[in-house]
Amino acid sequence: MSFWQFLQANWSELLLLVRQHIVLVFVSILVAVIIGVPTGIILTRYRVLRGPVLGIANVMQTIPSLALFGFLIPLPFIGGIGTRTALVALVLYSLLPIIRNTVTGILNVDPNVREAAVAMGMTGGQVLRQVELPLAMGVIVTGIRVATVIAVGVTTIAAAVGAGGLGVYIFRGLRQYDNNLLLAGALSAALLALAADSLLGLVERQFSFETKRSVVARRLALAVAVVLVIGGVAFWLGRSTPSSESRIAVGSKDFTESALLAEIVAQMLEARGVSVERRFELGGNLPHEALVAGTLDLYPEYTGTSFTAILQHAPITDPRAVYDRVKQEYADRFKVEVSQPLGFENTFAILVRGEDARRLNLKTISNASTEAPRWRAGFGQDFMSRADGYPGFSKTYGLKFAEVREMDLSLTYIALSSRQVDLIAGNSTEGRISTLDLFQLADDRHYFPPYEAVYLVRQDSLTRVPALQEVLSKLANAISTDEMRRLNYEIDGRKRDPKEVVKEWLKGKGF
Amino acid sequence: MGHQEAQKALPLVQFHNVTYSLPNATIISDLNLTVERGETLVLLGESGCGKTTTLKLINRLLTPSSGEVRVEGKSTTAWDPIELRRRIGYVIQEGGLFPHFTIARNVGLVPALLGWDDVRAKERGREMLNLVGLDPDRFAERYPRELSGGQRQRVGVARALAADPPLLLLDEPFGALDPLTRASLQREFAELATRLDKTAVLVTHDVREAMILGQRIGLMHKGQLLLLESPERFRASDHPQARAYLETLNVNGGDS
Repeated sequence: MSFWQFLQANWSELLLLVRQHIVLVFVSILVAVIIGVPTGIILTRYRVLRGPVLGIANVMQTIPSLALFGFLIPLPFIGGIGTRTALVALVLYSLLPIIRNTVTGILNVDPNVREAAVAMGMTGGQVLRQVELPLAMGVIVTGIRVATVIAVGVTTIAAAVGAGGLGVYIFRGLRQYDNNLLLAGALSAALLALAADSLLGLVERQFSFETKRSVVARRLALAVAVVLVIGGVAFWLGRSTPSSESRIAVGSKDFTESALLAEIVAQMLEARGVSVERRFELGGNLPHEALVAGTLDLYPEYTGTSFTAILQHAPITDPRAVYDRVKQEYADRFKVEVSQPLGFENTFAILVRGEDARRLNLKTISNASTEAPRWRAGFGQDFMSRADGYPGFSKTYGLKFAEVREMDLSLTYIALSSRQVDLIAGNSTEGRISTLDLFQLADDRHYFPPYEAVYLVRQDSLTRVPALQEVLSKLANAISTDEMRRLNYEIDGRKRDPKEVVKEWLKGKGF
Repeated sequence: MGHQEAQKALPLVQFHNVTYSLPNATIISDLNLTVERGETLVLLGESGCGKTTTLKLINRLLTPSSGEVRVEGKSTTAWDPIELRRRIGYVIQEGGLFPHFTIARNVGLVPALLGWDDVRAKERGREMLNLVGLDPDRFAERYPRELSGGQRQRVGVARALAADPPLLLLDEPFGALDPLTRASLQREFAELATRLDKTAVLVTHDVREAMILGQRIGLMHKGQLLLLESPERFRASDHPQARAYLETLNVNGGDS
């Protein structure tokens, strides 16, 4: 599908996301101005407060946005999932430039002018309203402008907590290896940032009473916009140097299990004297891209994911058929070898709280269909959009939820256990299923296609490093679902070092 | 009426044993000074001598550490500072004009603060611009940045005079101007002060300016008033500080 066709087909959804995005940015900037400008004024009056308050605002800005969302979810009143949480985070991010520029703007008012104002017999309030604020307004608007451009970028992350906006397309595009989604999301966000920047630039010019203008602030704002909005895309397109002769570059996706499986191969290779370059935690379909490009030699994958997301086939339920077709097509199209299955599946697990399952005596997904109309469901972007995801799932089981929230997958577990939602689609090997007392409903109509864990490895890497073949054949059928869950739990639940966990496991297995 | 007559008889400004000090320095020490009605008193001294501080003690931008400054017989600390300042015109270097106000609004500032109605304030503003030699039709709607330094200084004087205050304070008002503009503004200001019968205290480091404008010249040095004389007697003084200033006048014609 060309980008143009994509736009025509998804025009109304894109507009909806743009609208959500604008509303999020607008409301959060409005609130940040209402809080930030008076705070800035107070800081110009009370010098002792200036350091601590600006310090706190500074720290706020350095917290990675996804981490901030994570902190906010369990909090009462301001937390939870959805728009409110996103707004709180966006306001916190926007405060610093607004407060700082208000302080700078007022303190930079020509002392002669301020002295003249006082000497003319103006009261404190008159000096502030008639002299200081009007003269500082240009700098304050610059701060609002910087904050707005940053907010347009950060709002793309808001999709992670189910607040919508253009991040929905960007996340989905990264996960599904879909350039159209990525481009539509990133391009729209970039255009929004540019539009907001030039609009506020016009406002700023209204307050130019003298010739000095801050070129630096403007450039900074633009730079931030470009970095935040298309940074992800640039990263995705980035190619580093190809693997050298004796080195093996092992990649993984951005979740625990993938990193664990990658670490297992890495340590086994190192034990055989092969030097390993670890490139773990790659987002979306970066590992696939990197593998095909030769930046990676191998990474762990799931047959169902390759079959539907990469090869774009309609989902089927026969594990053997899926494996065979993936193996065949990867060899033909990418010169990539698919290893023997590792022995476990990581499929979608439909999860509810354990206490609900016991109280309502739920065993299967079919059991849950009567409860669904009273329930809120929380699903990862992946599940919402994949061919083997939500649409077919709800149809197969005849499920109609009171509400469906699209949010970041790893946050859905916390959302479920803290009662923000009542049903989620997690990973069947997720360690937190047992630690958070979640219950997996059985897929009694066999809707979900097989997701057998395998390693994908470049054919030329296999010939270059013979040890690779030996390691991979040893790992065939070596890990059961229970074992995988336990390993995940060691890291996610008990917060242990993945390298240690892998070392122990290899020892126990006698590898 | 009797009360007002009594007030008129009082000197406009009196310093009684005034000391002003900061935590680590004494700026003014034990200053005694009386400004008579109608006179232009010039405080002359190098930078840091305390002459600007003296000025700010009069309109209560600063208050004395000890002693008392009286304006119209009343201590500045007993005045409502806002009311006091609105009765005193203040002119600083470059005029201290508000860059975001038009010339008309700048000049009409104190009348507006005093609550004059618009028509009267506007009329007064035009009158003041005429007084300082600026055509209201040309300048009223311009902004300070569109004016030359000399024109801005004229506007500063017009603004200080707008509410017809009994007292004018001028802090190096002509310091930033080129010599020719400065000379003509000095001449015009001397005429204006005489014509309007204003009391003025002017601060400068330029002895030539002091000689032209002052009815009395106070020479300040390190926070102390060394002497206070008429220009004629100042010229004849044998005080070493005064001689040092007068010698610069002979060497380079007073331009610094």
